[in-house]
Order: sequence, then structure tokens, then C-alpha cells
Amino acid sequence: MIVSFKLNGEETTARVTGPLSLLDMLRDEVGLPGSKSACEQGECGSCSIVLDGELVCSCLVLAGDVEGSEVTTVEGVAGADVLHPVQEAMHEAGAVQCGFCTPGFVVAAVDLFESNPSPTTSEIKEALAGNICRCTGYGAIIRAFEQLAGRGT
Amino acid sequence: MGEGATALAGGTDLMVEVNFGHTRPENVVALRRVEELAQWEGGRIGAGVTWRRLERDGPRALAQAARTVGSPQIRNAGTLGGNVGTASPAGDGLPFLAAVDASIELASESGRRTLRWDDFFIGVKKTARRPDELISAIQLPEALPDRQEFAKIGVRNAMVIATVYCVVTRAEDGETRVALGSVAPTTIRARRAEELISSVASPGEEDLREFARLVSEEVTPITDHRSTEQYRRHSSGVLARRLLERCLR
Amino acid sequence: MTTKTTTRITPAKGGVGESPLRPDGVPKLKGTFEYAQDLHADQMLWGATTRSPHPHARIVSIDVGPALAIGGVHAVLTADDVPGRATFGLEHPDQPVLASDEVRYWGEPVAIVAAEDEPTARLAAAAVRVEYEVLEPNVDGDEAERRDDTFRRMRIRRGDQEVQGEVVVDGYYEVGMQDQAPLGTEAGLAIPDGNGGVDLYATSQFVHVDQEQVVASLGLRPDQVRAHPTGIGGAFGAREDVNLHIHLCLLALYTGKPVKMVYQRSESFTGHVHRHPARMWYRHHANRDGTLIRVEARVVIDGGAYASTTAAVLANACYFSVGPYRCDSVSVDGVGVRTNNPPCGAMRGFGAVQVCFAHEAQMDKLATELGIHPLELRRMNALTTGDHMPTTGQLIETPLPTREVIDSLEAMPIMDDGPPDDVTQLPGGTGLTTEPGDVKRGVGYALGLKNLGFSEGFDDFAQARVRLTEEGAIVETAAIEVGQGLVSVLAQIARSGLGLSRAVVKHVDTSRIESAGSTSASRQTQVSGGATLEAATKLRQRILDAHGGDDLNDSGVWRGGELVVGIEELAEAGWEETVTFRHPPTYAPDEDGQGVVHADFAVAGHRAVVDVDPDLGLVKVHRVDTSQDVGRALNPESIRGQIEGGIMQGVGLAIMEELVIEGGVIKNPNFTDYLLPTILDAPDVEALLIEEDGSWGPFGAKGVGEPPTISSTAAVAAAIRDATGRPVTRVPVRPQDIAIG
Ligand SMILES: Cc1cc2nc3c(=O)[nH]c(=O)nc-3n(C[C@H](O)[C@H](O)[C@H](O)COP(=O)(O)OP(=O)(O)OC[C@H]3O[C@@H](n4cnc5c(N)ncnc54)[C@H](O)[C@@H]3O)c2cc1C
Ligand code: FES
Ligand code: FES
Repeated sequence: MIVSFKLNGEETTARVTGPLSLLDMLRDEVGLPGSKSACEQGECGSCSIVLDGELVCSCLVLAGDVEGSEVTTVEGVAGADVLHPVQEAMHEAGAVQCGFCTPGFVVAAVDLFESNPSPTTSEIKEALAGNICRCTGYGAIIRAFEQLAGRGT
Repeated sequence: MGEGATALAGGTDLMVEVNFGHTRPENVVALRRVEELAQWEGGRIGAGVTWRRLERDGPRALAQAARTVGSPQIRNAGTLGGNVGTASPAGDGLPFLAAVDASIELASESGRRTLRWDDFFIGVKKTARRPDELISAIQLPEALPDRQEFAKIGVRNAMVIATVYCVVTRAEDGETRVALGSVAPTTIRARRAEELISSVASPGEEDLREFARLVSEEVTPITDHRSTEQYRRHSSGVLARRLLERCLR
Repeated sequence: MTTKTTTRITPAKGGVGESPLRPDGVPKLKGTFEYAQDLHADQMLWGATTRSPHPHARIVSIDVGPALAIGGVHAVLTADDVPGRATFGLEHPDQPVLASDEVRYWGEPVAIVAAEDEPTARLAAAAVRVEYEVLEPNVDGDEAERRDDTFRRMRIRRGDQEVQGEVVVDGYYEVGMQDQAPLGTEAGLAIPDGNGGVDLYATSQFVHVDQEQVVASLGLRPDQVRAHPTGIGGAFGAREDVNLHIHLCLLALYTGKPVKMVYQRSESFTGHVHRHPARMWYRHHANRDGTLIRVEARVVIDGGAYASTTAAVLANACYFSVGPYRCDSVSVDGVGVRTNNPPCGAMRGFGAVQVCFAHEAQMDKLATELGIHPLELRRMNALTTGDHMPTTGQLIETPLPTREVIDSLEAMPIMDDGPPDDVTQLPGGTGLTTEPGDVKRGVGYALGLKNLGFSEGFDDFAQARVRLTEEGAIVETAAIEVGQGLVSVLAQIARSGLGLSRAVVKHVDTSRIESAGSTSASRQTQVSGGATLEAATKLRQRILDAHGGDDLNDSGVWRGGELVVGIEELAEAGWEETVTFRHPPTYAPDEDGQGVVHADFAVAGHRAVVDVDPDLGLVKVHRVDTSQDVGRALNPESIRGQIEGGIMQGVGLAIMEELVIEGGVIKNPNFTDYLLPTILDAPDVEALLIEEDGSWGPFGAKGVGEPPTISSTAAVAAAIRDATGRPVTRVPVRPQDIAIG
């Protein structure tokens, strides 16, 4: 079956066979590997995307269910040569190590800051509780977003 | 819904099964964008209402439960109808439904019917829903008890399948309800403990202790890789007592 | 004791001591960084693995027919198709590439398939019909020891074996099986070169050893196999052993097409080795004044079905079984048993983690018995430069600031602000189990000691090449960047060695450079960093000599304040220098475990503050403060990243991370039930870096990756003891251990 949807602002079509997840469709059919697959069960947030305005795990979205929808992935949060302020904050705070969790954190944090430009530390943590990072221990990630929220030291 | 069709709401349960190859649904009925299911009027909560909305606008204990479901990503997608549809002994929404004696509304081409929660949930991940039926809504009673408290035990501070869930409600006349999850094949009510405490206007230490003891006695938990029977029993009592105390404050 | 003059730092922007932005930061943030999972080649096939559903069984027959019959399947291979050595292994090649007669652990590979897409490959892997005669799994470590089914026994005897202390404390401790759980699972792509050889791009910590093993099992010449460093989503030890590497190359050469494989999470849990579960018996003797007199220990670790690095992990556990304390009478017996449990091997801390939990519990017990503050007892016995290792007797020649670590940790403000009112930060979090009034706060301390670099006579070296090009200096290496920031620090070292501000790290494959050794044992900054520094400083000197210059900077070579050769000209001249760096030699121990076994050591201390709900047994680690011996902080921000990340893994082991094994089967091979700490579980961390000259690493730097993981677990356990009065003799501490006991 052919799925048509708006991906990062552009009309896109992809062919899917069988019960494929949106994540697999993005990575393997559309050729956008930025969203990462690390658990296939919604537990790690590496595959986070925004679907029709809602932050969700793309591994838990059936590809066919995005027909006519709008999807934003990490590739779509900023132009090709610029960093989104969320990305800039993470870069400067040293919040990237292996980077496998990073696209998911970027998408989740962009979603957070869009609805709440100056979250408290506690709000930052609760909003990012669905994103696992195995490398950083989260310290630099928290500092990055405290800084962005204007609460950092 | 046609026989052999599989309903797909937020996908947060179903897609895990699909990704792990446990199921390969041929005929999927996608409900995410069905407006009617997302309607919520008074005590009638459409099956497609997400945890995100329940967290914001739900009755106190259901909102508390909603806040602990998975993560923001899961709460944005996952629905109450899906939670009811999966009917896991560890479903976060279910103890509240049990505590307030909610009903499940089912719709099919041959009409609608409504089942009380304890007629609907019949076993581990087993419900009385017929294959051609869709869960259309969850019906709460008109009046909800003023005091309602929810708690869930897990070993990390986010994203856990709990080892024990508890909801305690207390109405003005003292009627107390205690519902527990993850401690029996389905969500259960601790009826003896309820009976004991409902008749006591202002429970003292003795009553509270007896209440906790009865709750621990009434649950029928198992030992698995998440916890032990003994711990679940013990903490059921501790939790129920704490929630009752919160209701009494 | 030897003194080492530390190389002068030549000023250069972005050099050592700074924390420049990561060169791979932008692509990682934008999602364009290429991981092994993201690789693609035209005509590529997908591979998948058929695994044993039994922890122990005899293979009666394998029928690949049903799998081959599936449309789109190009190959189904079994043990019979392995042309070279049938087995592999990091230390001993005892593990079958594919099981032939017997399977010895749950999830052991039996067959591999290649098909046109991933779902078909998985379908085919499931369709391979294997008939098993199920055998009783041997999962009892004691039983294995009785049968002498062991990978190694260790015996350490040092000093007078008859002495007794005035005070004696005994203890028995257990550590559960932890998983590295790197966020990127095993993945790779093998591409046949058309001439019988193959190029391998796969998750790895050590490409040269992968290459050797592929060569052996495929029966090829070394020059026919090239292993390429590839983008990798974390490692923590899980990427040291071969897993899909040989399989990929077999399939690629058999089909003549590129083959890609990506393990799913559940498969990853069986596809790599884990941290060894351990059982430990201890007896500490001390005098009334607190002097440690004698330590006796018995350490049993379960290596599972195959050798992996069990022998080295066991040795490490035994060598560091006393911790950073002086003690002249030591007796340690260790054994690594062979069972049908999942194979265990390297994980961050490598044996030192398990014993640290035990020796620190013992030190606290002793402190209580003696009525001495736990830190005071540790300070009185602190092991330091010029002392002898309590276990091996080795003279400690490099700086070991144990006392400074203790003093600074003690001096850090405790920030005891009482249980938080923010519900997300209480035990149980938004689960609303716990109110501030239900909470007991506890504080605990622990110190950990570990070696840096490889030990026991292993020839530990790394090669690096520094070239001058139009892009600036390029550091060529096969040392793997696992996320720790090697690409930053090697460039910084090159800048500071050359005096040039433009330097980048470029990974090259096994045919283009000699081994850099494994990215493990906290060694790359020291060893590959050492090679980089030596290459850079030699190159600088050669350039200066060639042009009679007295300074080299971004403009070029200078003499007497005048530019004599421009930097472009230097770049065109193709200057390069290749250096193989070796750290001071180590030796195998004698029969009593004595000798110069290690090249360097690092010490760290942790103070954990925990909030516990004793009735429900729930724990929230409030903060973990640390002081760590780093030699020289080459990149403070990267070090902080290692410290915070390492502490989080230590906290994970302390309170939630455990692979639950029943009868050899992993009951929780998924992220629903193997619980990793979330951002809401993260403690606040304050870190002090203790710097001291004298280690042989570049500019005196020491490895920093492992120490944060070693004593953080023990500190959290101590804090839980302090809060609850429970003995806490096992980690992870489970709610029932606290609430019920
Ligand atoms: C990472 C993660 C964390 C989670 N954490 C929690 C948690 O903390 N607590 C908790 O309770 N659950 C949790 N879950 C489970 C899940 O999110 C919830 O059960 C959720 O409510 C399911 O809703 P859904 O809309 O996503 O259901 P779906 O997956 O779409 O459906 C679930 C089942 O119900 C059926 N179904 C759905 N809607 C209907 C309908 N209208 N009529 C008939 N059948 C229907 C489906 O066919 C399917 O069998 C978690 C899941 C994940 C992946
Ligand atoms: S891959 Fe989707 S949440 Fe982990
Ligand atoms: S940086 Fe590696 S998982 Fe987050």
C-alpha cells in the first residue's frame, strides 16, 4: 500500500507492506535514518517524532495510520545548516556523547519548549522521562535545558 | 467492526505486539482520528480519550493515574479505551474504574450494550467484548466520591509497570472503596476492608491497622520477575492505608 | 620511584585543558551522524540469526529447507558452512561461530540467514527447523566449582598468613547480573570486495581483534579482511567480543552481496556478554586503633557458557578485592565458573565493581565495630604512592591520591536539605506512593580502586599517525569512539603537541594502521593519547629541525620572530609521523598472585545521599558527590560526562538494573523489565577532579571512564544501610529486601 503524508513540511509518499511501524518506514523506505530504533516498544524515546502536533514514539505508530497526517522528525526541526536553539543548547552543554538518544531528546525538547518556553527543572525532567540516555547520566542534558529556559547558572 | 478486525487506537499496546512478531493483524481498524470516540461528556469518557487529556481534566484519582502512565510520548498516544481493551492486570486506569463501579460501553452493528467493570474484565487480558464489538466509551457514575487517591509502586520514578496499584475513595457518608491492580489476575476490590472501614466515622490507629491487614489478606498476588508475592501483599496494605489516611485528611 | 617529566603543553587554541565543542556534535544533533544501524549498500541483503530456545541441549538435526523455501531468501548457513576456525573468543577461542553439536546458553546462534529484506530474514531465521534433545542446564555455580568446570582459579597470598586482628568482621555479598544496555544495539554491514575479501563495518570497541577473528573463522589471509571503525551507540564493554561480525562476513562472501544485520533489543540482550554476577565471602581483621591487619576473601563469578574475558575479570576482581587500602596480610581465592547461564565478560569496571560493593560494606562494618567514622577509617588505611598493592605487592609508582580524594570528599558541602517537596523527586515519584513524612534520609561513602590499561603482561599498545594536510593536522587511528569523546581529546592532544589549532581525528580501517587496542579499561586517552602526543611532538620537532625553526604555529615555522615557511607549504610537503605507544610493561603474576601486574591505577570516592521509604522499600538517590583522581584533566567537560554517566550506571546497579535469570533463561530481555534509570532517577552530581603530575599518560592524564561506576554502587548501598539499618548485602537492592528483609 502507498501512504501519503506530510513529512517535515513536504508531501511524501512511501510504499509499505505488512504491519510496518512508522519508524521502520521512515528509516528504511523514506531514507530518513535520524529517528533511532533502540527498543521497538516505546520505552526509550529514541524514535520520538511529532505526529499531528503530538509527541509520540514512531515505533508505536502503524505506518498506514499516518495517511494524510503531518509528521516532524529530527531532520525537520531546523534548516539544513542551522541548529535549533534546543540543539545549540545541547551542543554547548556537552549533552551529546554517543548521540544515539540525541535525536529523540531533540524532538521531545523542541516539543516541550514550544508549549512551555521556560520550564522548571522538574517540568524539564517530567517532560523528558520517556527518553533514555545511557551515556550522560542526564546531567548535561538537564543543564542544557535549564540554560535554555533561562534558569541555568 | 467486522469479525477478525483489530482495533488500533494509540497503538501503545498493540504495536509492541506487532513489533515483537506476537501478532500480525491483517485487517486493522484505525481509531486514532475517529472524532466520536474522542468525545467526553460528563461521566461518559470516549474510548479514544488519551491519557494526556485525562491527566489534565480527569477526576482526581484517574488524573493521578494518568500522570504515571509511561511517558509523555505514551500519554499522548495511549487511550483509556486501549487500556480497557488490553485488560492487563497492571492497567493503570482500571483500579479507578473498579473503585467507582464504572461501566464499559460496547458498540457493534447490532447495537450497544453496557457491562459493569466486573462483568467486563474476566481474566488476565480477557474481557467479555465480542470480536465484532468496539469499546465506545467508559461510563462513570453521576456522582463521584469527594475523596479519591491513587498510588502506584514501581522501582524507578518514571515509566514503570507497577508491582502494586491502589485506588481508595471515600464518600462523605464514609463509604470507602479500595481497588487494587497487579495483585490478582484482574483488578480487584478489597471488599472486607471496605466494609470494615466504611462504618467507622473517624478511624483510629487500630482501625487503620486492621484495614491494612485485611487488604493484605484479600489480595492474591504471585511472584514473578517483577516482584514477590510477599512484597505485593505487604505493600498492598501499606499503600491502601496511606491512601485512606490521605482521604481522611 | 620513577619520576616522569611531563611533556610541555604547546599553546594552541582548542588544546588540552579546554572543553571544545564536540566535532561530531552537530551531525549527532541533526540526526545525520551515520551509525552502524544506518548503513546502506546497493543490492544489500538483510541477515538474521536463529537462536537456541534452550540453555542447554544437544542438536539432533538442523533442517534449513523450510527457510530456504521462503521467497527472497539467499542463504541459510550453519556450522558446516564455516570454512575456517569453528570457534572464536577474545582470550580463548572456545565459542562456536555457530553451534554444531550442542547449545550451551539460551539464545546461542545456531544458523544465520540472508534475505532480501529484514522481515523476510527474520521469518526465515524462525523457519529453520532445529531438533533439540533438551539437557539439564548447569546453572549452579557451586556445582560447577565442585566439578571443576571453571575458566580460571586465582590464588593470592601476601604476607603473614597467621596474623589475626583484634577485631574481625565477616560478610557475604552478592551482585546481580547487569547489562551494558548501550542504546545502539549490535549492527553492521559486510561488503564483499569481489576478490574473495570483505570489508566489515560493525559496532565494535576493538576493530583489529574483530578482524583477526574474522580472518581465522573465514580462513582468509589477513589482508583480505578490513574492519572499519563505524558509528556506534555506546558500548560499556558490550562491544569487545565478536557477535555478528563473523556471521556478516560469512553471509556476504557466501552470497556475494553486501549483508546488513541489526539486532533487536531482545536479541541484543543475548547477543552480548554481561557483567558477571558475583558471590563474595569476606573477613576483615583490624586492630582497635583501626589499622587494617588482614583481609581474607573468596570471590566466585559466573562466566556463563563461554570464556569471553572471564579469566581477566576474575583476576581483576581478586587484585582489587581489598580496595585502596594498605594491608600486609591478604588471602584471596577466586574462581570463574562455567555454567549454562548467559556468557559474561567486559563491562565498565571489569571485576572491580563487584568487589568494591563487598570491600566497602566490610569497611563500614569495621568502622561501626570500632566506633570510627567510616571516612576516618578509610583515611587511616589509605593506599598511596610508594605503598605496595595489598594484593599483588606491586610498588605503586604513579600518583595515587587516595587521601586527597577522601579529604576533598569530606570537605564537599553535604547540602542536606531534607526530603524534597517536589513529588517527582521523592521515592516512587509521580506514583504518589510516598510523602516527605514517609522518607528516611541516609548518607553513605565508598572508595574504589582500579587499574588503567591492560595488565598481567598483555602487550598493550596503540598506534596513531599525525599528518599535516590542508585541513590542518589529522590524527589517524583505529581507536573506537564509543561516545566518550575520543575524537575531541585526541585532536586536543595533537593541537597541544604540535602547537597548531586545527586538528581533527580520522578513523581508518585495519589495513591502514596498526591496532589501537580496545576502547576499554579506561585506556584510550592514555594509550592512543600517548601515541598521538608522541607523534605530534616528534612531528613538530622534525619540522622545526628541517627548517631551523624555533616555533611552529598556525601561520607556519618561525625563526627569530620571522616566518620562514608558511603553513600551506608545510601541508603540501606531506609531513607525517606514526608512533606506536606502549605503557610501562606489566608481567604475569607468580603462583601467589604477586608481581608487577598493572601499569597504572586510579582511585575515586563517592558520597551518596538517598531518600528511602522503608515501609515500601523504595529508594530515590538524591545526590552523589564524587572526587576522582584524573591525573590531568585534558577535557573537563568530557570528564564530567564520564563521571555523571558512570555514576548513573552505578546507581542503576545499586537499585534497579538486573537481568533476572531462571534456569539459564533471561526473564526480562527488554526495556520494559530491564530497568534503566530515567532522567527522573538521576541524582544531582557534584564532581571534584584531583590533578597530579606523574602518570605516563599524555600530560600526566589518567583514564577516567571506569572509576565513576566502581564505588558509586557501593556508596548508594551504604546510604541505604544508613537510612534503614538493613544490612543490604546484595545489589541491586530490591524493594522487598528493604521492606521485608
Ligand atoms: C513504554 C510504555 C509504557 C506504558 N506504561 C503504561 C503504564 O504505566 N500504565 C498502563 O496502564 N499502561 C501502560 N502502557 C500500556 C498502554 O500504553 C496502555 O495500556 C494504553 O492505555 C493503551 O492504549 P492504546 O490506545 O495505545 O491502545 P492500543 O495499543 O491501540 O490498543 C490496545 C488493545 O485494545 C484494543 N482496542 C483499542 N481500542 C479499542 C476500542 N475502542 N475497542 C475495542 N478494542 C480496542 C486493541 O485492539 C488492542 O488489543 C505502556 C505502554 C508502553 C509502550
Ligand atoms: S525505539 Fe521507539 S521508543 Fe524505543
Ligand atoms: S548519548 Fe549515548 S545514549 Fe545518550
